[in-house]
Amino acid sequence: MIRAVMVISTQGKPRLLKFYEFQPPEKQQEIVRYVYGALSGRPDHVSNFVDADSVFGQGTRLVYKHMATLYIVFAFDSSENELAMLDLIQVFVQTLDKCFKNVCELDIIFNFNKLHTILDEMILGGQVIETNSDQILNHVDDVARIEKSSSTTSLVPKSISARFGR
Amino acid sequence: MEQLKSIGRELAMGSQGGSSKEFLDLVKSIGEARSKSEEDRIILRELETLRRRLSDPDIPRRKMKEYLLRLAYAEMLGHDASFGYIHAVKMAHDDNIMLKRTGYLTVALFLDDGHDLIILIVNTIQKDLRSDNYLVVCAALVAVCKLINEETIPAVLPQVVELLNHPKEAVRKKAVMALHRFHQKSPSSVSHLVSNFRKRLCDNDPGVMGATLCPLFDLISEDASSYKDLVVSLVSILKQVAEKRLPTTYDYHHMPAPFIQIKLLKILALLGSGDKQASNHMYAVLTEIFRKCESSSNIGNAILYECVCCVSSIYPNSKVLDAAIEATSKFLKSESHNLKYMGIDALGRLIRINPDIAEEHQLAVIDCLEDPDDTLKRKTFELLYKMTKSTNVEVIVDRMIDYMINITDNHYKTEIASRCVELAEQFAPSNQWFIQIMNKVFEHAGDLVNPRVAHNLMRLIAEGFGEDDEGADTQLRSSAVASYLRILGEPKLPSLFLQVICWVLGEYGTADGRHSASYIIGKLCDVAEAHSSDDTVKAYAVSAIMKIFTFELAAGRKVEMLHECQTLIDEVLASHSTDLQQRAYEFQALLALSSQAIENVMPLDASCEDIEIDTSLPFLSNYINQAIENGARPYISESERLGTVNTITPASASHYQQDPAHSLRFEAYELPKPRAPPPSIQPSSTSSLPTSSSDLVPVSEATYTTREEQHNPKVQTLADQISAEIGVHLKLEGVQKKWGLQTYSSPSAPSTSSSSTQKATNGMVTSDTIRQSSLDSRKQQVPEVSAEKQRLAASLFGKKAAERKVQGGTRRPAKESQPAVATSAPEPPKEEKVIVPAAPPPDLLDLGEPSETATPTIDPFKQLEGLLEPAAGSDVASAPSPSVSAVKTPDLMSMFTETPSIVDSKSSDKGVISSTIAKKGPNVKEALQKDATARQVGVTPSGNNPNLFKDLFG
Repeated sequence: MIRAVMVISTQGKPRLLKFYEFQPPEKQQEIVRYVYGALSGRPDHVSNFVDADSVFGQGTRLVYKHMATLYIVFAFDSSENELAMLDLIQVFVQTLDKCFKNVCELDIIFNFNKLHTILDEMILGGQVIETNSDQILNHVDDVARIEKSSSTTSLVPKSISARFGR
Repeated sequence: MEQLKSIGRELAMGSQGGSSKEFLDLVKSIGEARSKSEEDRIILRELETLRRRLSDPDIPRRKMKEYLLRLAYAEMLGHDASFGYIHAVKMAHDDNIMLKRTGYLTVALFLDDGHDLIILIVNTIQKDLRSDNYLVVCAALVAVCKLINEETIPAVLPQVVELLNHPKEAVRKKAVMALHRFHQKSPSSVSHLVSNFRKRLCDNDPGVMGATLCPLFDLISEDASSYKDLVVSLVSILKQVAEKRLPTTYDYHHMPAPFIQIKLLKILALLGSGDKQASNHMYAVLTEIFRKCESSSNIGNAILYECVCCVSSIYPNSKVLDAAIEATSKFLKSESHNLKYMGIDALGRLIRINPDIAEEHQLAVIDCLEDPDDTLKRKTFELLYKMTKSTNVEVIVDRMIDYMINITDNHYKTEIASRCVELAEQFAPSNQWFIQIMNKVFEHAGDLVNPRVAHNLMRLIAEGFGEDDEGADTQLRSSAVASYLRILGEPKLPSLFLQVICWVLGEYGTADGRHSASYIIGKLCDVAEAHSSDDTVKAYAVSAIMKIFTFELAAGRKVEMLHECQTLIDEVLASHSTDLQQRAYEFQALLALSSQAIENVMPLDASCEDIEIDTSLPFLSNYINQAIENGARPYISESERLGTVNTITPASASHYQQDPAHSLRFEAYELPKPRAPPPSIQPSSTSSLPTSSSDLVPVSEATYTTREEQHNPKVQTLADQISAEIGVHLKLEGVQKKWGLQTYSSPSAPSTSSSSTQKATNGMVTSDTIRQSSLDSRKQQVPEVSAEKQRLAASLFGKKAAERKVQGGTRRPAKESQPAVATSAPEPPKEEKVIVPAAPPPDLLDLGEPSETATPTIDPFKQLEGLLEPAAGSDVASAPSPSVSAVKTPDLMSMFTETPSIVDSKSSDKGVISSTIAKKGPNVKEALQKDATARQVGVTPSGNNPNLFKDLFG
């Protein structure tokens, strides 16, 4: 199963943390520090996989993607396939890109609740349930529409950068 | 940063509906924070604001949402936001779907499924699961996966099961996952619902079917045999998926539903493992996928890799195997590190079926080993570890050690060090090499190595290599001593390594006569001085010095006390560590003994001799009797003193064993005994003071009586006899039960007249009641002669030990070639030799350990001198020097027939790649045995056990 999804900035700050097994806040910070340490030390053009035995237990691995100022990291155990996880990151990023039109770090900071919604459509209880980014978006939009109709003002701008034409 | 600022400003100006200016400011100031402490200050200020705001009774709900998100943000940055949890729970109750979703989200982020507040949210979840709005239901199901714990599963289970038939496939999918989650958390709660998963496999929606594969994967990995009937349907599903029969929405990068294919392949791998019939169904579809799958895309390769895994797991078939090998070699030849990584992994799986496959790829493997990518390197070491055998072990282990020296990650360092040790133990070509490798491992990863490894090394040096050739052993020891003396010059050595060094120098430092006693003692003093804060090393050093001294004295040579040594001893005499102190006092006492006595106490090179232990310590009985006559209180076992009679302990098991009709207890447990004043009963004075003793523990005595009457008539009669003798009934029964138990229940307990001494001795022994009594119970399983207790206890393990010996033989090729092997039959004495250490009691002969005979008031050695002589004497006599030939059981033969093929087998020019596979893996038995032996040898640095003395002297 997938143990965690993390988005960490290249400065080592957590931008999104989602653990599929509960971790107390201190442990979360420890994990972020460890993962950041492991990733920032890796040269470019090497594999996207890292062992994570020491933080998530025997047989767990990280798959990460370095995009601009962010590391997107999935932690999972031996019942998943590394290459498939790499593609799942791709699905996640594509969905974000479609959702926010040229996603940037700030979108992720300010809309982390929306990111959680997207992830909940992709992964439930640590298992992949949807990998089609259009389907995911449809569902997220459904939610957004209902939320909008249920309250007169939208609390979440669809995309900050889109709003200001950047 | 500039950019961030400008965006922040823009946002601040334009945000009316979205996140408020405050949140933007917060993010901005955190972004600008120059240090971690500054960031912490900002967030703490923010949390203070939020705390104040949240305590306001009427907050607009929209504001509330933002506050909660800000709290979640603060908590993500590592700060405690627990004061806001309750607000999150409240928000999940809200009717507004947006607020409700925020509530669920924050609750899921904040709370553990064991949190107290979970109970408050269950009601909301129940309500939402019944909602007409499927989005609400989905939100609730997501929350269910995260928040419902074992106890609350029944509250939502019926609704979740109902949702399995919901018209919306998104809901069905999530309901399946929720059930899966329940299964993970508490398999028993949903065991009756497992059939639902099979049903959902036929769901109209491929997404739901795909989701169902996740729980099925878990179920099948627990128990594959009950799902064999699914093989055909799963294969046909896989076929349909691979043939693109699914709607194109399930395509990903032109691959049809890759995640479903991967899951299916994983499940088939489990189902086909070792099952020829099931595997037969799979070959066709696997070949099809190998043929069709394009290796240009990442996801295509993921499927190919999964196919390789599946092929390596199911019953082998040459055609699909060839396809798998081809796919693997494509991976290995690829430029991409990711694919190389997968290729190495796949190769590791395939060589289990056919070790020759690796040969073809040796260059690729060596390239990966040289690669700058650490992950790839580790994966390659894993592969090498799997294909190590005696012909290539030297190269592989050298490589591993080189790598180990250069890494800083302690977790991985530990792992690779233990692998080096394992390989070295298993395949070492020579003893010299083995010791060299061990030295390296200890030097560079000493503190990370399992202490067991150190004990093994010491044992190895002590026992020699099981060869008849004493000369070789001696040579080995002197080379070990020489290398250790050299290594001692190094500045920083790990504690564990120093312990080994001290021990070996103590045992064998002067054995070959090349180094003078004072030289070794000087070195040991240096060690103790340089590591004055490490008590264990110091203890080893002091014991080693003591050994050198006694060996010299026993040999009739005079040793002068070096100044530095005297200083060390003086310092240790005043040490805070009682263990160290005791060692020093023992040392002093030993020096005062005659050389005859010293020789008995500290025999030369006797660390692997057997030590016969009569666990009832009969030699102490006179002393005990005397003490009791003088008015001392008798021994009361620890469990008795604590007022708990643990009926499950082996002690009581053995107690009831003698009366098979009553092997189970059906009556209620005894009333709890008063805990504070420990029941102190004095058998010697009971006749004179009957009332006082019955006052002390009336309750327990009563219960004992009934219990024994009902369940242990034999003991009852014994008790009657005693009471008849002494004339008091009740009290003595209590006493007898308390600490005469094991003696009475033992079939060999001779008669009532001797029972008082037996009682006393038995009382003396039990410092660790459970261990002790488990030993007793073991002994009782075989009818025994009391003089041979150890032998019998040993013979219970005998078989295993013999097997272990045989396994151990693999790492000694020299021995295997001995011609005598075929003829000699297994010899019982050897077995016993190995096993005796299973007896945990402290080892009297090794004065390096705190010995339980020491009293605070009486000089322990005065007492010991008399006591030990017979024991030591019998020991030496009954334990002949390790007879090596005994090991050669016929079992070995089977191994020999195999070994030549290993040696002869072709190996690559670099010697890295091997063609024969060797079985490996942790050997529990061996570990146990080694541990036991280590204990016997006396190298385990026993923490001193203060309870021992308490138990003995009340």
